Amino acid sequence: MLTMLPQLTIGTADLAAAFLFMYGLKRMSSPVTAPSGIFVAGIGMLVAVLASFLYAFDVDAAARPFLVQNIGLAVIALGIGGGAAWLAGKRVAMTAMPQMVAIYNGMGGGAAGAIAAVELFGNKTHGATQLVVTLLGALIGAVSMSGSIIAWAKLDGELKRPMRFPGQQIFNGVAMLATLAVGGYLVAISLTAGTPSEPVLICVFFACALIVGILMTLPIGGADMPVVISIYNAFTGLAVGLEGFTLQNPALMIAGMVVGAAGLLLTLLMARAMNRSVSNVLFTNFGEAPKHTRGAIKGSLKPTEAADAGIFMRYAGSVIIVPGYGLAVAQGQQKLYEFVKLLQGSGVSVKFAIHPVAGRMPGQMDVLLAEAGVPYDMIFQLEDINDAFATTDVALVIGANDVVNPAARTDKSSPIFGMPILNADKAKQVYVVKRGEGKGYAGIVNALFYADNCDMVYGDAEAVLVKMIEAVRGLGLSAAA
Amino acid sequence: MEITGFVAITIFMLAAFTGWVIIGRVPAILHTPLMSGSNFVHGIVVVGGLFALLNASNTLEQAIGFFAVLLGAGNAAGGYAVTHRMLAMFQPSVAVHTKYAKHAKKH
Repeated sequence: MLTMLPQLTIGTADLAAAFLFMYGLKRMSSPVTAPSGIFVAGIGMLVAVLASFLYAFDVDAAARPFLVQNIGLAVIALGIGGGAAWLAGKRVAMTAMPQMVAIYNGMGGGAAGAIAAVELFGNKTHGATQLVVTLLGALIGAVSMSGSIIAWAKLDGELKRPMRFPGQQIFNGVAMLATLAVGGYLVAISLTAGTPSEPVLICVFFACALIVGILMTLPIGGADMPVVISIYNAFTGLAVGLEGFTLQNPALMIAGMVVGAAGLLLTLLMARAMNRSVSNVLFTNFGEAPKHTRGAIKGSLKPTEAADAGIFMRYAGSVIIVPGYGLAVAQGQQKLYEFVKLLQGSGVSVKFAIHPVAGRMPGQMDVLLAEAGVPYDMIFQLEDINDAFATTDVALVIGANDVVNPAARTDKSSPIFGMPILNADKAKQVYVVKRGEGKGYAGIVNALFYADNCDMVYGDAEAVLVKMIEAVRGLGLSAAA
Repeated sequence: MEITGFVAITIFMLAAFTGWVIIGRVPAILHTPLMSGSNFVHGIVVVGGLFALLNASNTLEQAIGFFAVLLGAGNAAGGYAVTHRMLAMFQPSVAVHTKYAKHAKKH
């Protein structure tokens, strides 16, 4: 009975962890319960990690002489890996969040790959099914790791341009086939000889898988990176689930597969919001300078002063603000909210309209606004607010571009045709705060900027907001109704 | 207890369905914290790393196992830290709503 106790404890802990993960994710489905959701999931993780030390009571005979050493190594690895990532996570700026998630995701994929490596090198898998599943998990985990690192480098600005060369897709396909061939060969020799341990071949297999991850990610443009990170998030989940089968650990199987499915759905939602199919993101080259001129666009750009725009909004009845990544780059969220509070104090109704892909990751703009103290009940998503623009006095577009381009509705030749956009152009008056006359992320001209009801306010978002705040304050409190 | 064949496939299928249903109900406003949160959940891989490391019986296995625990712990701890930070920022405000109601449009 006593020998069964560690196993029973581990089983109970894993079951509890699996439940707490799902319950925690469920609680994250509303902003009210979300903070407790991650706490619940955190408890699950803690329970599972602590209980896993009980594996020490039931290790392989061959590992027994190393046990004390191994426990020491485990504690050190937990301390260094957990500690460093914890500190980095606490310090990273909110704007750098997508690349941070990419890094953590790559670590998870790497861990799954490493587990597979231990099983493969140690010849610990039983039977062909386990071997195939282990190799599959290793492949997906390794691709996720090297791919996430490239995604991080791109988002962090280390790699600026998408890297493309003729015949790239064929080359990538060959690399993928080579990886599968090496994996297949490993399975074949294990079936015939009974012992698959072929260290050189295993190394080749991992090297190929890592290269495939790099090759897959290199040609993808920066705008598509959120989708890519989301795919790799699902990949890592899948790899973890598969290695869970290899280790016969239901907690890994369940948590991994839950994330695999969740990540897949999230990827599809994201891709749909960007009007891109997942296969387009992965296999076609987006972001080439489109041959699109402003020939069809009538009207001209009308610059205006920040102060005038600010005062106009002060006397408007309703204002909808469309923030984009440019606002976050200028670190203007605090000033924006200060301006919004000023407007509200004067009786103006203010709402925020968030496009699904505002920021570099779906929902990132919500986080950035929340960081500045904007209550979430002022923040509206595209489908909830789009009809309100027509009855709104002013739309203030700040640091956003492609997501308000009416060409997406009307111009079939535009590369963003069909993408859902915020109907800022339907407001009575539109102000666009922009650094200069440059194009948006998709590299296309925005017809909105040339519309009759649109005025341009040029300058750094934060500097413009400071001028607007000064102008409205300058009117004096007596002006407030 | 050995998990094989259809039992494994059933576990995978139910887990995948659960993940799909849970995420389907999350509002877009929470998508980034959610991606980060699900990223944290696959940090459970650290448990597999610990199993592999504790069962390591030579230097190579120890080294790879150490690597697995190191990365898995980073995934879990970092994922928790950033998710918790993001979610703690979401604050409601009753005051804003009452303000909307009180002030009529005026020109």
